[in-house]
Amino acid sequence: MDFILHVPVIGLLLQFIGYLLSVMATNGSLIITLSTPIALGALCGFMNERSGVVNIGIEGMMLFAAFVGWYVAALVNGGAPSNPGPMGITLPLLVGLLAAIAAGVAVSALHAWLSISVRANQIISGTIINIEALAITGYLNLLISQNPIPSAGNFQSFVVPHAAASVPILGWLLTTFLAHGPITLTMLVLVIVLQVLLFRSRWGLRTRAVGEHPRAAETLGIDVIRLRYRNVLLGGVLAGLGGAWFTLEYIGTFQGGMTGGRGYIALAALIFGRWTPIGAFGAALVFGIADTLGQAVSFNPPTGDLGAVLSGVPEQVFSALPYLVTIIVLAGVVGRSIPPAADGQPYEREAKAT
Amino acid sequence: MSQAASSPAASKPAALEMRGVTKRFPGVVANDHIDLDVRRGEIHALLGENGAGKTTLMNILYGLVTPDEGEILLGGKTVTIASPADAISQGISMVHQHFMLVPVLTVAENILLGEEPMANAVIMDRKAAHTRIRELGRFFGTEIDPDLRVASLSVGWQQRVEILKALYRNADILVLDEPTAVLTPQETKEIFTVLRRLTAEGTSIIFISHKLYEVLEIADRITVIRRGKVVGSRIPSETDEDDLAELMVGREVQLTVDRGESHPAAVTLSVSGLTVSDDRGHEVVHGLDFEVKAGEVFGIAGVAGNGQDELVEALAGLRRPASGTVQLAGRSITGASPRRLHNLRVGFVPADRHRYGLVLVFPLTDNSVLTSYYRAPYSRGLVRDADAILRHAEQVINDFDVRTPSPLVHASTLSGGNQQKLIVGREFFGDLRLLVLDQPTRGLDVGSIEFIHRQVIAKRDAGTAVLLISAELDEVLELSDRIGVMYRGRLVAVMDGRSATREEVGLLMATGGREGPPPIIAEGAA
Amino acid sequence: MNLRRARDAAIIPALSIVLALVFGSLIMIFSSPLILGLDLTLPLLAYKALVEGAFGSFGAVVSTIVNASPLILAGLAVGVAFKAGLFNIGAQGQFLTGGLAAAAVGVWLAHAPGPVAIPLALVAAILVGSVYGAIPGFLKAYTGAHEVVTTIMLNYIALYIVAYVVTGPLRAVGATFARTPDVGNATLPILVGANGHLGILFAFVAVPLAWWLLYRSTIGFEIRTVGAGPDAARYAGMHPRLLIVVTMAFCGGLAGLAGSGEILGLTGFMPAGYSTNVGFDGITVALLGQAHPIGIMFAGLLLGAMRAGAPLMQIEAGVPSQMVDVLQGAILFFLTAEVLVRYLFRIRAKSAKVAELQTVASSYGGQATPAP
Repeated sequence: MDFILHVPVIGLLLQFIGYLLSVMATNGSLIITLSTPIALGALCGFMNERSGVVNIGIEGMMLFAAFVGWYVAALVNGGAPSNPGPMGITLPLLVGLLAAIAAGVAVSALHAWLSISVRANQIISGTIINIEALAITGYLNLLISQNPIPSAGNFQSFVVPHAAASVPILGWLLTTFLAHGPITLTMLVLVIVLQVLLFRSRWGLRTRAVGEHPRAAETLGIDVIRLRYRNVLLGGVLAGLGGAWFTLEYIGTFQGGMTGGRGYIALAALIFGRWTPIGAFGAALVFGIADTLGQAVSFNPPTGDLGAVLSGVPEQVFSALPYLVTIIVLAGVVGRSIPPAADGQPYEREAKAT
Repeated sequence: MSQAASSPAASKPAALEMRGVTKRFPGVVANDHIDLDVRRGEIHALLGENGAGKTTLMNILYGLVTPDEGEILLGGKTVTIASPADAISQGISMVHQHFMLVPVLTVAENILLGEEPMANAVIMDRKAAHTRIRELGRFFGTEIDPDLRVASLSVGWQQRVEILKALYRNADILVLDEPTAVLTPQETKEIFTVLRRLTAEGTSIIFISHKLYEVLEIADRITVIRRGKVVGSRIPSETDEDDLAELMVGREVQLTVDRGESHPAAVTLSVSGLTVSDDRGHEVVHGLDFEVKAGEVFGIAGVAGNGQDELVEALAGLRRPASGTVQLAGRSITGASPRRLHNLRVGFVPADRHRYGLVLVFPLTDNSVLTSYYRAPYSRGLVRDADAILRHAEQVINDFDVRTPSPLVHASTLSGGNQQKLIVGREFFGDLRLLVLDQPTRGLDVGSIEFIHRQVIAKRDAGTAVLLISAELDEVLELSDRIGVMYRGRLVAVMDGRSATREEVGLLMATGGREGPPPIIAEGAA
Repeated sequence: MNLRRARDAAIIPALSIVLALVFGSLIMIFSSPLILGLDLTLPLLAYKALVEGAFGSFGAVVSTIVNASPLILAGLAVGVAFKAGLFNIGAQGQFLTGGLAAAAVGVWLAHAPGPVAIPLALVAAILVGSVYGAIPGFLKAYTGAHEVVTTIMLNYIALYIVAYVVTGPLRAVGATFARTPDVGNATLPILVGANGHLGILFAFVAVPLAWWLLYRSTIGFEIRTVGAGPDAARYAGMHPRLLIVVTMAFCGGLAGLAGSGEILGLTGFMPAGYSTNVGFDGITVALLGQAHPIGIMFAGLLLGAMRAGAPLMQIEAGVPSQMVDVLQGAILFFLTAEVLVRYLFRIRAKSAKVAELQTVASSYGGQATPAP
């Protein structure tokens, strides 16, 4: 068997797959962590698009929420360190989290108004949100940095009790899925809850109908406009959570443009996941793996031929990996992934002349 | 009127009255002080041309359109119907002309939507729903699986699901907007039986149609609308098709165009073994063979969704055939591009004028050269000649009676009839070998239909081979020298166009000539 | 041109700018405590400096034009794509890769005669920009991957490409920060003022060229038909897939040309952390100019003036130049929320008219693959 690993291309490929598997096994927790903002962004997109509103502004929503959450937390904190509860929960962080959610909802309200009531082009509406969020957070952050205020810190991961963590397989599962901060844990719960609601609840049925054929839903007495507003605003809660993850859970500070395209990748995850919560989460994991790989290569490079090859690859390739994966995924699956039929179509309540 | 009073329905109390209902859209009064009363247990037909205002009136009744004036009374009491939810809660249900079904949802989901039985505050009770739907389904004599996806149903069964939606909501008043447009004569008969059973149980039915013979067959009373106004009421026993037609159109009309003698010459279009697949790769046209001669109209009848769309696309260069050959005057045009077909003098009027036939945001000038913009005199090399294009547009507008304030307005500002005449004018222009017409008069007013039909006959007489594909059986019967019936992707019969009867062709459309009831699942559905 | 039509087209953009300035004032006032304390007159000071910096002197006007020309090119790169129903958010990436190509060829030919070096560097920029634009066009046309997401991804990837090339193979030896060597003789000659380089002509040539292409040529008719009715285009015998690729390549070439102007005309080299938003600003320019080349020219000049005036605003009023980004976003918002503008200024809407701009892809995902 050993000789196969020395055949130039195939050997390298097999080594790479082996390395990838080992990265996935040893970094399961990190993969889920890094896929959290993508998954939350995708869930936000899910709420929007299943009811027929395209949301390209998730990136801006998350960025704005990240900024607001961080700044509000820091203001409440006022430089005085609080006593952290479990998972590093403090009052300033909780207030910051609520502020981030409020910020996400506020920006969503803008998107909802432009997309649903003004019936503007929804992709342009989302683009405006992205441009303006980047500009305003950049501007304010610059002003704040002239008189910097100390950050309120960040949430900590749940610590799996040592006894449980050391059980062979169960321990791995527990640390992978539970050793996270509150936002990531919330995301994991939401994925399952939303999946069930989509196919089993009245809300889910109506949302699917409105996203596919709003006129049909309306003729059965469903208020299309209201349902869309509600879903887009609820999506704002999810984008707010996603934004808060950056500044209140992952790292405790804000940097301009720190969402780094995660909001767009979330859209690709949503498509890849065929507009279902579980599918989107699975797709987010793929991007989480791509993200993790870059880190793993620099901290824990593989040995042997593969190590020699990978060390010759410029670090920028690994940094660009999630973006490349996004393009490949879109090009590969999009033809087979069908969006809700009314996605992106503004709805006009009154029927036109015969 | 004395007989009207003695008709059985007349003695019953009024279920619905609409008084002075008026609705203005920009530039048009869709409903002009319309009065309508419908009694309990009667079938009241609303007759009028396309665009006469029938659908608007019913959309008002159903809360989809807000009237500018007028009132609605149910059982003698004035009601406000501001939304479909109001209408449903008042016992009004509507089966729309374009199905209001969500294709990706199941039969059950489509029926429950809006009135979901709940197991608890959040989760739906599927079991209860399914039992109820199976019960209701017996109304049609056949059970239907509530878990089938609506997209997989045949058109006739989709229609039944629409009616099930109304039954599920226990409607007192049921509005059916052109329910037979997509059905075969046999399916129409079945629906009529169902409707009669419903009225026997006390349901009132408003039946919208522009088909005279149907209205005469099913209605207890008939109200005729023309250009937004009620122009008369009739009882079927006291009227006939000519009377109704004149009332509907406002002048004496020839119900059928005088097609005269045809003089078929050499074979122009020859299709053999043509097999075509749909977007999902399912084969939906199976080895078709037929010929169209110069100077004849070959009509293809069939229920929508039996492979006609894919056949037309394959002939028009919009879809690559899986196998088989197509020849134009002996030369292969299998899989030829639209451009090549145009250069070979093939005209094509597509079914969907908004999606294919026109660019709605372009002026009439650009639309008049949509298929010929690339050649002289409309352009030289890369440079377009705006003057030549304008002259051409003016000629088409003039020759084909397109009513427009200017050739520079957007195509979207024209009425459907004028849009279609613009397309016909463009595609009929010049000396043609072959003309492919896909639903050429769908949704048009009688005047436009007459005009287009006369142009088709003129083209035929000029020696063009005409292939007519239409789901409107009457149109096929009226224009064709020979008729082919398409069923499940096959031509199941070819017959003489002058001797074929509606019943004969309809039966073939419904069953393909085989015994037994028509299938529930559509062709090519997963 | 029909003057009334031009006025009708300009009124909403003009009022959107006014409202954006009001919005900017509010941001300045509310954030002024972060600088020196609440200051209600800060906006006046800031806007005065902004105008002065843009038009206050001959040099300022030249600076406005120099800032405007890449914006106009980028605006066309977005606007022409709009006409084909494509949303080219990737002008930024096409700009960067085009600029990088110009820098690479410029460095290579730094000692060749200018008349040789300059055209070759420009052609390289246009070609690389075209290819970088054609990639998402190709993906859209043949796989259905929507350009909105792919172009954004390619923008990020372009950043890493530049970072790699400039810190690696093309890094100037002995420079204090990561950058390419100077482009030497490939530097664009100065035509007017301190920095009015040859590149400013590109924009003012590209505008009439784009106009002619869109409205007077058959290919422009095809592009607009694909945008306004992709199925009608297929029916009419056009080739939507090919046209999508060609249009994106054309737009990418324009953006690449914009990048070359910046590198060969202004900086003279490519820095690793080349921070510019020209490509993104192109979106604002295109929307503000209603995707019409003439409108794009005026919109580009306006935004160029804002960019040119920003440094003086920062010096005199202490308002960071990022305020210009805030203003741009606000302009876009008010443009899109046209009903709001109409309501605030009591302007009645003209009879319902479907704007061609509304045909820009409204969704993304699986349905996007145009058939062959």
